[in-house]
Amino acid sequence: MAQNSGEARGWARRWAGGFWILGIWLTGCAAQSPSILAPVSPKGRAEAELFWFILLITAGVFVLVETLLLYAVFRFRARDPRAIPPQIHGNNALEISWTTATAVGLAVIFAMTWRTMAATSTPPADALPVKVIGHQWWWEFQYPTLGITTANELVIPVGRPIRASVTSADVIHSFWVPQLGGKMDAIPGRENAVWLQSDVEGVFYGQCAELCGISHANMRLRVRAVSEAEFQRWVEAQRAPAAQPVEPLAQQGYQVFMSKACVGCHAIAGTPAQGRVGPDLTHFGSRTTIAAGLLENTPENLARWLDNPPAVKPGALMPRLGLTPEEIQALVAYLLSLK
Amino acid sequence: MASQTMTMPRVYEERGLLAWLTTVDHKRIGILYILGAGFFALIGGLEALLIRTQLAAPNNQVLVGEAYNQVLTMHGTTMIFLVVMPVLAGLGNYVIPLMIGARDMAYPRLNAFGVWMFLLGGLFLNLSFLLGGAPDAGWFGYAPLTAKTFSRGTGIDFWILGLQLLGISSITSSINFVSTILLLRAPGLSLNRLPLFAWTTLVTAFLILFAMPSISAALFLLFLDRHLGTHFFNPAAGGDPLLWQHLFWFFGHPEVYIMILPAMGIVSEILPVFSRKPLFGYTAVAYSSVAIGFIGFTVWAHHMFAVGLPDVVNAFFAAASMLVAVPTAIKVFNWIATIWGGAVRYQTPFLFAAAFVALFVIGGLSGLFLAAVPVDWQVTDTYFVVAHFHYTLFGGSMFAIVAGIYYWFPKITGRFLDERLGRWHFALQFIGFNLTFFPMHFLGLAGMPRRIYTYAPGLGWEVLNLLATVGAFILALGFVVFFVNVVRSLAVGVPAPADPWDGHTLEWLTSSPPPPYNFAHIPVVHSRRPVWDLKYTGNPHPRPVVEITEGNDQIKEDKGEKAPEEPIHLPAPSIWPLVIAAGLTLFALGLVTHWIFIPFGVLLFALGIARWATQPLFPEAPGGH
Repeated sequence: MAQNSGEARGWARRWAGGFWILGIWLTGCAAQSPSILAPVSPKGRAEAELFWFILLITAGVFVLVETLLLYAVFRFRARDPRAIPPQIHGNNALEISWTTATAVGLAVIFAMTWRTMAATSTPPADALPVKVIGHQWWWEFQYPTLGITTANELVIPVGRPIRASVTSADVIHSFWVPQLGGKMDAIPGRENAVWLQSDVEGVFYGQCAELCGISHANMRLRVRAVSEAEFQRWVEAQRAPAAQPVEPLAQQGYQVFMSKACVGCHAIAGTPAQGRVGPDLTHFGSRTTIAAGLLENTPENLARWLDNPPAVKPGALMPRLGLTPEEIQALVAYLLSLK
Repeated sequence: MASQTMTMPRVYEERGLLAWLTTVDHKRIGILYILGAGFFALIGGLEALLIRTQLAAPNNQVLVGEAYNQVLTMHGTTMIFLVVMPVLAGLGNYVIPLMIGARDMAYPRLNAFGVWMFLLGGLFLNLSFLLGGAPDAGWFGYAPLTAKTFSRGTGIDFWILGLQLLGISSITSSINFVSTILLLRAPGLSLNRLPLFAWTTLVTAFLILFAMPSISAALFLLFLDRHLGTHFFNPAAGGDPLLWQHLFWFFGHPEVYIMILPAMGIVSEILPVFSRKPLFGYTAVAYSSVAIGFIGFTVWAHHMFAVGLPDVVNAFFAAASMLVAVPTAIKVFNWIATIWGGAVRYQTPFLFAAAFVALFVIGGLSGLFLAAVPVDWQVTDTYFVVAHFHYTLFGGSMFAIVAGIYYWFPKITGRFLDERLGRWHFALQFIGFNLTFFPMHFLGLAGMPRRIYTYAPGLGWEVLNLLATVGAFILALGFVVFFVNVVRSLAVGVPAPADPWDGHTLEWLTSSPPPPYNFAHIPVVHSRRPVWDLKYTGNPHPRPVVEITEGNDQIKEDKGEKAPEEPIHLPAPSIWPLVIAAGLTLFALGLVTHWIFIPFGVLLFALGIARWATQPLFPEAPGGH
């Protein structure tokens, strides 16, 4: 399994990190980056360890080859422009040596590659199934065994393997949360399984990795890894129907939602809104970001989005609806009440 | 009677626009390729600067969304199809007939057609900016983003038909290279003595002939999907988007070798000359080019490790991709061994060629990470890949191309490029290149995907992106110096003799620039370094270089060789290749914009074919042949 191969390669990681500037850079930047070298999952760790292993070999080759090249260039500079050096045409022993050495090195890298693939390509059998559907330009997440649909924020229990079945509703996207492991393409008409897991609590940044149109850059997501207990509470809350609006402004927002174009595209469980074109909004208020992870979920940002979505996310399929400031305020109150 | 008097001067020795429009001389065609590629390099380079300006800081607003995707797509498409491929075809066109002792390419009019098709195809592609928007789905044009449903404008159609036109150009020029190199070599120039640039161009021509049909078919199917309601790539109707990826990358990966092999050939010419030694391990270097060509067709799915192929399939393509590193490593070691023990002269062509080796090694090594499937799952479609392929295609191909231009400029123009400006150019290009692309390795590892027009602050990407942008402008400054050098040297450069670098191969046997007929006598070849051997063989001690003059009769007499007296057959100039190319371009324009262009295109095409077919190759049969 991944852990075993991980120990086998631990030494490689320490040595490689020791002699390349990357090590220095990482300590400075990894803390804030969604770095593939700061993995929190078994799959991500196995991939990172293979990276360090290959870096160890390639860095050695790099130093060797560049040293030979620089030595040759500087050592054999012509002092007399008319000088004719010995005319050597080749050396079979040398040819055979470097060909063999290269082939052996590559065979070793391939063996390690195969080992890592075997350990990481298939999610464990007991994994929690999640369906990931890419849309232009947002992510839909379904928990088929739990009956939950949400968007752009995937909540998972710490330490439990997740089997993500990745597909697309339109063009090809690629689902990628670097610290949780490698990406998987979301291809319409296909379902690709990938193993997700986080061994620590936290929020992990990801985004679409395949050019999918105008707002490819704005198709972001977050994975929130929470304790098992908190996950259970979250599941309970998500399975409940949408909260009834109580405040007058929120009730007014409910009326706006149900009478304007909103209802045609979005679903809110327990209401007449059953559109499936845009994200499910049943528990919209519980999300920390809006517009596919572009903005924090605050009243100001939500108002800005509702006023003119394509201005926030170019090409957004949600059009400018021509809402009045009053209607927007009411909608904001309603949507944020959907905890 | 001396052979010189039998030489039939070509009509196109005239100056003027018409002489160039009707030329069938491989040297003028080579120059047209190189100038055209230079023009498109300016466009592609400005596109690169726009991209780097937008990405210099998070949430920048210079080039957003749709516009960014257009510039991104056109940058890639331009640099591949309108810069690297044609400039290599241009250098090959100019140099290879000279190198192998031929009077021209095998099919001179087809050669002219190729260059016009390239120039008009390139203009056609760029016309899309003015006619409703450029293509915006990436140079790889993945279905179904390119389907009519998701790309309604004409940009994708310009892309489809533009690539088809350019494909026609590539295929004709490849047929020409294969025929020329296999059939028109000077007496004694066996394949075993063929210069490496000709070897690699031969392999490249075969790669194009076998790879190009795959993308042509894919583009044709895509065009049917978009306009005639077929569903080859539409999953909702039983089509398959992955079919596109297989067809595209079956072309797309050999395409990488199409761009690097001739560059490796250039370096294999330059390093021996400037080290004053033969190429170390000639046979190994030549055969490794052939091996790269073959293995290059078995690695395409390494672009598709994240599409969900079975493990065994991924493993096969991983192994094949790693296998390609063996012949590549053989070349690198042989290049270093060529320099080793030499008498190295630090002139500009050598600087760029040596830098090619240094930088290409980095690109090759970073490629191993991408061949290792689990690492690829992480770094594919990130800036790590952008760094990797720019180290192979810029650090590799482009450095070699620049080296080749400094090397053959004296032959082509009769004047040297300036050495001092050349060193400035080298320093700026080397520093700028590394500053632009080395940080991108780290950006990829830090989780930055490719092809995003913007990013949020706070992800650790700001400093590295800013560095890359600064580097891009230094790189651009290097090319400004290059441009100044070219213009200045054309006017007031130091005049170059026939053999300015103490060269090895036949192109240095004739004057700089060569006469239209290249050689008064076709030289007889006895070794891999015919010109070197003329100068040095039988002299164990250094002696002054023989000054080689036009016609090389003196040397012939020295060596006791006499070429057979024969009239020199040179084909007549022809306008019809250009007319056919224009007809095809108008036809394509009609398909994309307004049908009115279609009949004109068909008419020009038919007229061109008919006149080409009936025009005699030689205006009058000389000497009763």
